[in-house]
Amino acid sequence: MTKLFIDKSTTGVIDNDRFLRVQMRKQKIGAGIRYFVLLFCGLVMLYPLFWMFSASFKPNHEIFSSLSLWPNEFSLDGFINGWNTGTEYTFGRFFINTLYYVVPKVILTVISSVIVAYGFARFDIPFKKFWFVTLVATILLPTSVLLIPQYLMFREMGMLDSYMPLYLPMAFATQGFFVFMLIQFLRGLPTDMEEAAMIDGCNSFQLLWYIVVPMLKPAIISVALFQFMWSVNDFLGPLIYISSVEKYPIALALKLSIDVTEGTQWNEILAMASIAIVPSIVVFLIAQNYFVEGITSGGVKG
Amino acid sequence: MSKVVLENLTKVYSNGFKAVHGINLEIEDGEFLVVIGPSGCAKSTTLRMLAGLESISGGTINIGGRTVNNLPPKDRGIAMVFQNYALYPHMSVRENLGFGLKLAKVSKEDIEKQVNEAAELLELTPLLDRLPRQLSGGQAQRVAVGRAIVKRPQVFLFDEPLSNLDAKLRASMRVRISDLHNTLKKTNRSATSVYVTHDQTEAMTMGDRICVMKDGHIMQVDTPANLYKYPQNLFVAGFIGAPEMNMVDADLSRNDQDDYHLSLNEQGLTLPAEKAQEVANKFTSDVVFGIRPEFIKLADENSPQGEVVKGIVVRMENMGAEFYVHFSVDGEKKEMCARIPSDIVEAQLWNSKGKAQLFHFEMSNAHIFDKQTEENISL
Repeated sequence: MTKLFIDKSTTGVIDNDRFLRVQMRKQKIGAGIRYFVLLFCGLVMLYPLFWMFSASFKPNHEIFSSLSLWPNEFSLDGFINGWNTGTEYTFGRFFINTLYYVVPKVILTVISSVIVAYGFARFDIPFKKFWFVTLVATILLPTSVLLIPQYLMFREMGMLDSYMPLYLPMAFATQGFFVFMLIQFLRGLPTDMEEAAMIDGCNSFQLLWYIVVPMLKPAIISVALFQFMWSVNDFLGPLIYISSVEKYPIALALKLSIDVTEGTQWNEILAMASIAIVPSIVVFLIAQNYFVEGITSGGVKG
Repeated sequence: MSKVVLENLTKVYSNGFKAVHGINLEIEDGEFLVVIGPSGCAKSTTLRMLAGLESISGGTINIGGRTVNNLPPKDRGIAMVFQNYALYPHMSVRENLGFGLKLAKVSKEDIEKQVNEAAELLELTPLLDRLPRQLSGGQAQRVAVGRAIVKRPQVFLFDEPLSNLDAKLRASMRVRISDLHNTLKKTNRSATSVYVTHDQTEAMTMGDRICVMKDGHIMQVDTPANLYKYPQNLFVAGFIGAPEMNMVDADLSRNDQDDYHLSLNEQGLTLPAEKAQEVANKFTSDVVFGIRPEFIKLADENSPQGEVVKGIVVRMENMGAEFYVHFSVDGEKKEMCARIPSDIVEAQLWNSKGKAQLFHFEMSNAHIFDKQTEENISL
């Protein structure tokens, strides 16, 4: 630390060193309290997760009988039996099933939301305010309201028991939240670069592809990340549209073990749940770097 | 050729606000025209209309003999340098420079060649592989200028390109842009430039001609020297020149011998013959009298009679080579300012603060403005 020189005649502090010592101690105590509170809150929030993870290594009878996070009898049965499941498929199959609809869902969401947001943020559309209000209204609408009409529609189209109903709507930017998020982000971006590109000869789509998308990257990654995590965790959607076990995604597969066994094998369920959150965590950790990356880094200075 | 003609150009925003009031302007081929005015005078709007970034409500824009009103920016033959540089943050300097050519489907070798040429001209060669965020403000601005040059446009548009730079860099970039303009002109490349700024120094030093704007009207278009010497109205007179021209309300009267007298309260000034001639045609008694600080001297025994005014020295600012001597004329609220060389101040004015002093107003360099119309009636 650099030493502070304080003019005694103006500050009124008689002993400069003592003043600094008191300041330092105050800072240390403050930091101590802050870290204690943060650690405590963090532990309270993470405890269920730790518990789940440790319970998956415990035999079934120990799970609800002790509070300790450390298993008395260490066992991998939960993982082995859970992976094999009670069905003819292994848990790996359900993982792949999940990806079958999550990946198209994420891609379609990103493409459609970016195009719609670009339109809202940069073009003069007739009745733009009305459309924007409508968009915001769809965010406020509870999703369950749409379940029955959507189900009927997809039944008419013969798409039941396939992944289409889960991702097809995303091709039309139906998740207003993402569109709204991108619009807000775009509004915050300076239009100078787009104007420069227009003068350089870009048409609207080239502008979107060469200039807007690269600048939107942090926002696009957030959208993809949210959509990925929400879709992997989605239970209601697959429950309604997927009926055959061979197409079950993780969310349904976890439920499967509760249904079929009489005495629920909690260690199996918890072990598989621990595995099920791995993709979300990995994806989050990878994308985190982009989150941190500055938003308008570079282009603008001053 | 790349002459630019604006005819009756008008801009009305959708909320009914009229930003540009039918301006007419001709920019000659190869000319460097500076547009200057206070904030909100629609100078940037005019430039953006020229670029095609802002729609045109009325009138026509003609670039190089073509009416471009309805053409998109890329087809107007223009290149623009923005205040914030507007470099593409995710592209290297090389890609930034060549982006326009890439879109125009120019072959890779040609892009390479033209980019290198522009880079050399602007001393950007060592920076070609950097990203915009790794550049300093001055370097970024040079890249922005380079991007314009690579396109080989008919007309260069500059939108306050130096206002984000510090004073020293601004001075050197000013020279650089001027030199560049001359180089392009010498090599027979199109170099017509329109340069928007609010900085007087830039306008005076760079422009072949200056266009002064106010509230969407053009106040005067002329060479820097003429603008300074012969301002056509009060606004231009006050806007150009630092320190500002002294301007005070006065009464103008004429007697039977066709002598014109100005009275600043009790004190009188006489117009010299050549000024009197001009004023005669547009005579009015309610006028504003204007004189630049350098045309006010200390009076001595040789000072002609009708050109001496008594003032009380209020303040003296030392500028090194000269002093700005502020004085108040009896009964006037507004102070006047004289630029007087340091040696004279030291010899004659030392310690004269608060004391009365006679000043010699060089009336042949004075201006008389009609207070109603704000026109200069002494030109």
